[in-house]
Amino acid sequence: MQSETTPGTTPAPAGKTLPGNEAMLSVRNLKKVYKTDGGDIEAVRNLTFDLKAGELACLVGPSGSGKTTLLKCISGLMAPTEGEVLLNGTPVSGPPKKMAVVFQEYGRSLFPWMRVRENVELPLKNQGVPRAERDKLVDDALEAVGLSHVPQSYPWQLSGGMQQRVAIARAVAYQPEVLLMDEPFAAVDAQTRADLEDLIRTVWRKLGVTVLFVTHDIDESVYLGERVIILSSSPTVIQEDLTIDLPDERDQLNTRSLPRFTELRHHVYEQIQLAKQGHRPAAAVQTDSSAGSGAA
Amino acid sequence: MTQEAVTTNSAAPIPRARKQPAKKLPSKQLLGIAGIIGFLLLWELIPRVGIVEPRFLPPASEVIAALITDFGLTAFWVAVGETMLAWAIGLVMSIVLAVVLGFIIGSSMFLRKFTNSTVEFLRPIPSVALIPLAVLLFGVKIESTLMLVVYASFWQVFIQVLYGVADVDNVAMQTAKSYGLGAMARVRHVVFPTALPYLMTGIRLAASVALILAITAELVIGSPGLGREIALAQSGGAISGMYALVLATGLIGVVINLVMRFIERKTLSWHSSIRSEVIV
Repeated sequence: MQSETTPGTTPAPAGKTLPGNEAMLSVRNLKKVYKTDGGDIEAVRNLTFDLKAGELACLVGPSGSGKTTLLKCISGLMAPTEGEVLLNGTPVSGPPKKMAVVFQEYGRSLFPWMRVRENVELPLKNQGVPRAERDKLVDDALEAVGLSHVPQSYPWQLSGGMQQRVAIARAVAYQPEVLLMDEPFAAVDAQTRADLEDLIRTVWRKLGVTVLFVTHDIDESVYLGERVIILSSSPTVIQEDLTIDLPDERDQLNTRSLPRFTELRHHVYEQIQLAKQGHRPAAAVQTDSSAGSGAA
Repeated sequence: MTQEAVTTNSAAPIPRARKQPAKKLPSKQLLGIAGIIGFLLLWELIPRVGIVEPRFLPPASEVIAALITDFGLTAFWVAVGETMLAWAIGLVMSIVLAVVLGFIIGSSMFLRKFTNSTVEFLRPIPSVALIPLAVLLFGVKIESTLMLVVYASFWQVFIQVLYGVADVDNVAMQTAKSYGLGAMARVRHVVFPTALPYLMTGIRLAASVALILAITAELVIGSPGLGREIALAQSGGAISGMYALVLATGLIGVVINLVMRFIERKTLSWHSSIRSEVIV
């Protein structure tokens, strides 16, 4: 197998799971079939993995591999066809209280009729957080993303990178236990992107929040994550669950020039290429053949 | 004048932000004023030269003088008040009705499809076609005027609200859901602000239509107001007075439009049709 060319990694056909109640977020045998007029489309076949509390995991896969579908199932915005998602052991049936989502389309996710501060404040207000506490949470969140100077601006008066930071501040102020990010930096320029990546690492370490970061960018997944979950092409299974054993202190210049970074990047890239060519992990091939007849 | 013609004329979408560079502003206003003066001069000349007989079209100066005299008469202001009362009550009634129904029907796919054909059938019926019915039901009273005004302006607002409610952004909605906003909170914080620009356009259109229908009803049915005064002046041979009243209705229309645009600009300062260039 190709993956054996990279020493020190432990390729597994399925995602890593944790025993009993250690997991913050559990995805169990998740399957999603879209029913359309032209027949059923199986976006996600079978996904199982756990995130432990305080982990930062990246989810990477070829385009069309059902990353967004998976995220919507996890965030409770969409019900899976089979399987379940557990947050702290409780099945997710709607958007959970302790979960925040940052979407790729910041321009549509932020409300243009509200100022920056109102946008960040709205979820807290809706929860009935008392005024004084709310003010502090909003101030701290804006401070954390470096936007304490523009609370009275409207989102559309800011640059793309700043808008996405407002969306991140809104998520941070919400004090989630799990933060889901759906390709949040896909629409910003490369320099802003590097800054935002570092911002995510900083925020993550400061808050100790569990982060699931979906991206199609291989470098980004390796640079950011403690762990990279590689998805196969559709119908999606887990291609590989890879531990990123880079030092905890990361910075754009040095981390990216480490030999280990290059190795890991190379490995992930290889796996994505395999996934694109239709290669499937051994365990999935079995389920494919057994599920193949039942799926239609 | 049919209602249709006016509606399509004024059925412009949300006004585009006027780019007013400081330099061009005076010349634009000057040009506008020059246009009005030119029009009045032409109006003054045509009857004086004898192209049209002055007893059908009195010169502008005479009409304006009559209008200024009107301004001093209590009867004139009573008529204005009656017209504006019918206009305001009718407009408010139609807005309330259209907003409530629009939000309910607009947020349900089933109700939208269920009502669509009926709406498309009822909407093109010109309000004036309901005059005989209004007279039968209410006689020569303000209620008759109200019925026509409400019927005509309701559709203007209702259709806009339907479009507005359907325009809600999927990502915005998912964001609201993921942050735990319930159905009512989503209507308040997402659906309503999305529909507001549409609603404001509808209200502005309805305001003009309501005035047209108020005057029409008074003119044809004879319910109290400026329209009836115009009919009375005409039958009494007070041609200058009649033109003065027509001019007065035009002025009211202009004022209504200015006020509506002002309100629109205030409530939609965040909207891309109004907002100025990026600041930061």
